[in-house]
Amino acid sequence: MPKEPKKEIDEIQKIAESLSEIERKIIPYLEERDIKKLEKLSELDRVSIVRALNFLKNKGLIKLEIGRQKIIELGVNGVLYKKKGLPERKFLNILEEIRKTLSIEEIKKQSKLSNNEFTAALGALKNKALIELKDKKISLKTSKEELMEKTFEEKLIETLPRPLDKLAPEELQALENLKKRKNIIEIKDQQKISYSLTELGIEVSKISEKISEKLIEQITPNLIKNQEYKGKKFRRYDIISPVSKIYGGKRHFTNQAIDHARKIWTDMGFKEMTGSLIQSSFWNFDALFTAQDHPVREMQDTFFIDKQTELPDKKIVTAIKKAHENGVDGSKGWRYKWQEQEAKKLVLRTHTTCLSAQTIAKLNQKDLPAKFFAIGTNFRNETVDWNHGFELLQSEGIVIDENANFRHLLGYLKQFAKKMGFEKIRFRPAYFPYTEPSLEGDVWDEEKKQWIELIAAGIFRPEVTEPLFGKPIPVLAWGPGFGRMLMAVFNIKDIRELNKNDIEQLRKIKFLVE
Amino acid sequence: MAIIKFSRKQFEKEIGKLDESMQHKIAMFGTTLESFDNKKIEIEIFPNRPDLLSYQGFKRSFLIFLGKKGKTGLKQYKIKKPGKNYTVTIAPSLKNIRPFTVCAIVKNLKFDDEKIKEIIDMQEKLHMTVGRNRKKVAIGIYPLEKINLPIKFEAKEPNKIKFRPLEMNREMNGFQILQRHPTGKHYAHLLSGKPKFPIFSDSKGKVLSMPPIINSDETGKINEKTTKVFIECSGFDFEIQSKVLNMIITTLADMGGTVYAMRLKYGNKTIITPNLKPEKMKIKKENTNKLLGLKLNEKQMKNLIEKMGYDCNNKGKELQIFIPAWRADIMHEVDLIEDIAIAYGFDNFEPEIPNISTIGEEDKKEIIKRKIANILIGLGFLELSNYHLTKKDDQFKKMKTNENKEKFIELKESKTEYTILRKNLSHYLLKIFSENVDIEYPQKIFESGIVFDELKENQNLAVAVSPGNFTESKQILEYLSKMLDIKINVRKPSQIPKHFIEGRTAEIILENKAIGYIGEIHPSILKNWHIKMPVAIFEISLQEIFEKFLD
Repeated sequence: MPKEPKKEIDEIQKIAESLSEIERKIIPYLEERDIKKLEKLSELDRVSIVRALNFLKNKGLIKLEIGRQKIIELGVNGVLYKKKGLPERKFLNILEEIRKTLSIEEIKKQSKLSNNEFTAALGALKNKALIELKDKKISLKTSKEELMEKTFEEKLIETLPRPLDKLAPEELQALENLKKRKNIIEIKDQQKISYSLTELGIEVSKISEKISEKLIEQITPNLIKNQEYKGKKFRRYDIISPVSKIYGGKRHFTNQAIDHARKIWTDMGFKEMTGSLIQSSFWNFDALFTAQDHPVREMQDTFFIDKQTELPDKKIVTAIKKAHENGVDGSKGWRYKWQEQEAKKLVLRTHTTCLSAQTIAKLNQKDLPAKFFAIGTNFRNETVDWNHGFELLQSEGIVIDENANFRHLLGYLKQFAKKMGFEKIRFRPAYFPYTEPSLEGDVWDEEKKQWIELIAAGIFRPEVTEPLFGKPIPVLAWGPGFGRMLMAVFNIKDIRELNKNDIEQLRKIKFLVE
Repeated sequence: MAIIKFSRKQFEKEIGKLDESMQHKIAMFGTTLESFDNKKIEIEIFPNRPDLLSYQGFKRSFLIFLGKKGKTGLKQYKIKKPGKNYTVTIAPSLKNIRPFTVCAIVKNLKFDDEKIKEIIDMQEKLHMTVGRNRKKVAIGIYPLEKINLPIKFEAKEPNKIKFRPLEMNREMNGFQILQRHPTGKHYAHLLSGKPKFPIFSDSKGKVLSMPPIINSDETGKINEKTTKVFIECSGFDFEIQSKVLNMIITTLADMGGTVYAMRLKYGNKTIITPNLKPEKMKIKKENTNKLLGLKLNEKQMKNLIEKMGYDCNNKGKELQIFIPAWRADIMHEVDLIEDIAIAYGFDNFEPEIPNISTIGEEDKKEIIKRKIANILIGLGFLELSNYHLTKKDDQFKKMKTNENKEKFIELKESKTEYTILRKNLSHYLLKIFSENVDIEYPQKIFESGIVFDELKENQNLAVAVSPGNFTESKQILEYLSKMLDIKINVRKPSQIPKHFIEGRTAEIILENKAIGYIGEIHPSILKNWHIKMPVAIFEISLQEIFEKFLD
């Protein structure tokens, strides 16, 4: 059937058209098995040649074996001896010149050999029975002709470097002798590349040169303008072979997540609150009804700054003092003496709730109902491990509404969880110091088939809202475990990675799809 | 976070089978089920409920919550009148040292290892939580068999206090205990500096303890043979001490003990403790329904509050609530309303989204920051997120800045090497280059965030390229300026920050106002950071840019 061979020729043609420049450069010379010579002939460096050989192998044009082989090279002393001769040659020369028996000391003196070299030379010559040692005197045992002939060791040194497996048995013996001596020989492990053209390769190489002349490589402006592509073929690319990676610019993943959260809050009608990272204890603790002897107000847990600040206007300070000392709105209060001094201490904020307090303090009746959210960094004086850090990202929202109630809070939470991608939520009683009632919301993780803690929530205590707003008012408040969510979304197991800025990781980390 | 552990067998015998429904009920009671296996159950107790810090305490409240045995409402305990010599005299010398104590005696106890462990566990957890690490309240429990009543509580000069403390084989004085005893050293700060230390002693002058530090080995250690105990809670807050005492005696009573009161003699005044008389608080029915969004009638409310262990009387528009004397968390009617909600069941509330309309709004500065980030991303830049805290060496020494000439904020007792607030972003960008020397170049990075000029907080932007030079950096700055449609220029600097190369640095100005610097980092700085590639960088304050947009 004439059809079959025709297709084969077609195939060969196509392969030849798909050869890249480096492949084409080496394919005519592949009869040559020595890679060094191939380098010269093709005018390519070794790395390119290896790449080209790999490409050819993938196309089935060559058989390629990349293994390792041992190469014998000269060591530091070896290089020296190659030039100046081995110590035993010096030794023999002296004996030969004087042609008589000499004492060890005399030879040593005349040859100027070091102790090591002398001992080595003596040993080598004795082994070969070229000399005789008697009563510390040395005499030659051979003819002049025999002496002039090079030893196997000398011969071997002259031929190095060579691959180990190419050595004749007597050379191997010489090698063993030299290996015992210091720094004459070095054996190196090298890549060994061997290749041979396949039948297909031979066919392709026959036509490649012819074809390559007609193939279009790069498309140039001239080529387009002058229509040089007419009647010519484009070189075929290997469309499967891997390409080197590139990376684009990207927002840090925490900021991607922050923006995502921002969108959820604003979609739900919340307005963003921002504020300082450095806060007075007054706003961070006292305004939120945290008693002044509460452990969170110790340096153990919170970052304090050795400076003080002024308190806000007297009215609100007095109201908060009263809430702590004797209570407001029928509360018993904490019943202790509230100290202004303690409230003036500066801290790095431990939560964004201090911003909620400041916002409520600025509100008037006519601003209601109102919804606010905050998102940002908070601080804790912590040692650092995979699960703990001294900076934490948190987010929270508040609803200030005269008519707000517990069922509304649950309604908002359900909606919020849905926006975060969770259909099922359940609520459990919990405790937070400035909310009552307090609760935690667990959401159902469809992938892992388990409930995960997601949201902390509650209604601000009247002891918090009364001094800030002037009368008790329900303020619904909640915050998602933002850092944990973030780690789950980006599959991060170690909290330290949030601020590690490993450039490779940032280049590779997925882009948040909202 | 306080966790209590108890035997599953005991739980299932006395409360019920730990099936899924029971697990759910535990969670709905406000006590998170931490873990369980065939032998043990662990639950988390929130800090507002120290009365649940023992199995007995938990069982008491949880059984009422479950409504088992048809009994809800306030659980009653009988306290017997003090016997002869059931007296504790409190000396005036304790003023400013440890002024108060409340005491009780419990008899007819049958201790075993488990029970002793439960008591010691509860004692430790109460110390840690309401006791504020023994500062506010410290509890002592003593075998009455080894004590001769009446008892004296007084303050004595430390070198005149002599007894053999727990786990010691010799007598020590007050000072020696604080200096040498392991527990003494741990709590030494609670007494050091006081001229006298508090001690309890019996009628024969034997020391019982030196609160809040340590008991006597002889008279202050209960074991399986103990059948009657003397209990005291000393501290600075009579009310909370009384509640802690109530938590302990009710637990011992639940274990089968008989509680006896004691006479406390404070000068001429005699107080009888423990006092289990319930405190009264009123809640408005209207407030309850309004806060919870429910329409409960009086009977429903009464049933619910009784399920949480309270008694309740109807008073027209209000309910009169009788609060167990061991509850330490009831401060306002909302605390009772929350308990009504818990009894109602958080899972029985119908969530509702109110129909109120508000307009969402992002912070304007954040919008501008995002715009800037997007412009830089278009140029192939990666955004970083570094800590606001930094290391002193990174901020100053590696940047060849003399820290003695700089003003900065140092944090008190930071637990890490990050001890100061960062003054700029540039040093952090160099730090990131230095940590990524083996990663493929070019590296193009930026960060925007808060920096600190002493207490003042500013938003900065820093942009760096490596390898990079002045021209590239200036191109980026100009592109940014053009995209933001603001006029950012550079001029010869009057003063050059140390980390730049002179002649390759410029001051960045926005309408004649200096907002930052641009330039090539000096090789000596790169060397400090072990960076092998050239770096060009600019850092500007965003404040002025914000102002332009927010005008």
